[in-house]
Amino acid sequence: MVQKIKAKIVDAEGVERTIVRLAHEVIERNRGAKEIVVIGLRTRGVTIGRRLVEKIKAIENFDVPFGVLDVTLYRDDFRRRLKQPVIQISDIPFAIDEKHVILVDDVLYTGRTMRAALDALMDLGRPASVQVAVFVDRGHREMPIRADYVGKNIPTSVGEEIQVRLKQVDQEDCVLLVESPEEVE
Amino acid sequence: MALQSRHLLGLEGVNREEIALILDTAESFMEILQRPIPKVPTLRGKTVVNLFFENSTRTRISFELAEKRLTADTVNFSTSTSSVKKGETLKDTIRNIEAMNIDMVVVRHSAAGVPLFLTRCVDAAIINAGDGMHEHPTQALLDMMTIRRKAGDLQGLKVAIVGDIAHSRVAGSNIHGLLTMGAEVMLCGPKTLMPMHAERLGVRVSHRLEDALEWADYLNVLRIQLERQHKGLFPTIREYHREFGITLERLEQAKRDVVILHPGPINRGVELDSDVADSDFSVILDQVTNGVAVRMAVLYLLSGSDPALE
Repeated sequence: MVQKIKAKIVDAEGVERTIVRLAHEVIERNRGAKEIVVIGLRTRGVTIGRRLVEKIKAIENFDVPFGVLDVTLYRDDFRRRLKQPVIQISDIPFAIDEKHVILVDDVLYTGRTMRAALDALMDLGRPASVQVAVFVDRGHREMPIRADYVGKNIPTSVGEEIQVRLKQVDQEDCVLLVESPEEVE
Repeated sequence: MALQSRHLLGLEGVNREEIALILDTAESFMEILQRPIPKVPTLRGKTVVNLFFENSTRTRISFELAEKRLTADTVNFSTSTSSVKKGETLKDTIRNIEAMNIDMVVVRHSAAGVPLFLTRCVDAAIINAGDGMHEHPTQALLDMMTIRRKAGDLQGLKVAIVGDIAHSRVAGSNIHGLLTMGAEVMLCGPKTLMPMHAERLGVRVSHRLEDALEWADYLNVLRIQLERQHKGLFPTIREYHREFGITLERLEQAKRDVVILHPGPINRGVELDSDVADSDFSVILDQVTNGVAVRMAVLYLLSGSDPALE
């Protein structure tokens, strides 16, 4: 499947600068890094979350606990699928009670994944607050959800797709605007 | 990756990728079982009937827990309190239950083939929880999961199944599953309790417990079904214990690290000595814990195939 690339919206330096800025915003808002934990949503949110934690460590010299959350079991579309998606292990090796949880994902779109993530978090404990950090907010929300930290606001049409490519998995850092597969004949 | 069949009737014919998928999915559910709230909303709105025509403690509770951990609605059925006592046929029972809008049926029956028969009567997904002397697939899956958690991989492992092989559905499923996953299997038991031509399955056969203890890394010890004892397949319980009972003394003589599995319920002092069952050799309670995760995985993977969408 070849997807047509319409534009490269953010380049490698831009990706790095954006993660640094997000790290500063998180620290500023929470007055340091002592009370926060970072949880990345599978799969791209994990890579971004790890990089965010590294940046926070570089700035504050403090190791913020990092966890991984798979929200497949909480999705609202499982009953409409023919085959179940493969689920992966969530790995959150610390208590989230009374912590400020930063949920990290690559793209915020309909808000349904975040809705599922919030439900999953509530089953794990009672955090002091939940804050959402996304690399790209592309609009078209279907749920009353907003991000607290946004890397880039990129208005899109429904027929388009945002790809956040990261050097840890894709060998390059950039954000691409591509046409959705259904639109390509 | 998904399962080929809408039902789980047995492990015969289930391929390596499918078994690996079930075991991997079960590992994810283990994490959920350790949470403060060990419950996910995945099967909300699905209804599962546990249809047990034969007595069971472990399997029924394990399935029921797995269903509740996935937020399915569950209904329990047992013959002693149902219209089966009034002479209702199996077909009528299942069709009436299905008329109440059921998504999945977990069935145990003393006759082999009942789960297959049910797939022809109703649209619901059928999960075999043990049928006669045929198969008990979720038990074999949880045995394999327990072994895999210890060893990391099933490929090349040596597993001996000891006891009444001929009458055992647990042995049936384990043989198919273990061979598919690349393990080597030995069947060990008295000749009267060994199926005819067992070698044709691609397994080793031995009638001496010492052979199994020398050869195997894992010993799956089957329950001697005391209710079959009157058939005269072996002289006395005491003699069986002397020849095939697992004792600490024998395990220490083996000079190898052998891990003991048992599907339960244990006849202490018959196939397994009490101190062995409670020793570090035994992973019997791990099996029970893993059983809930494996059954959650099976329920989850089979719940996606909605016939209306096909």
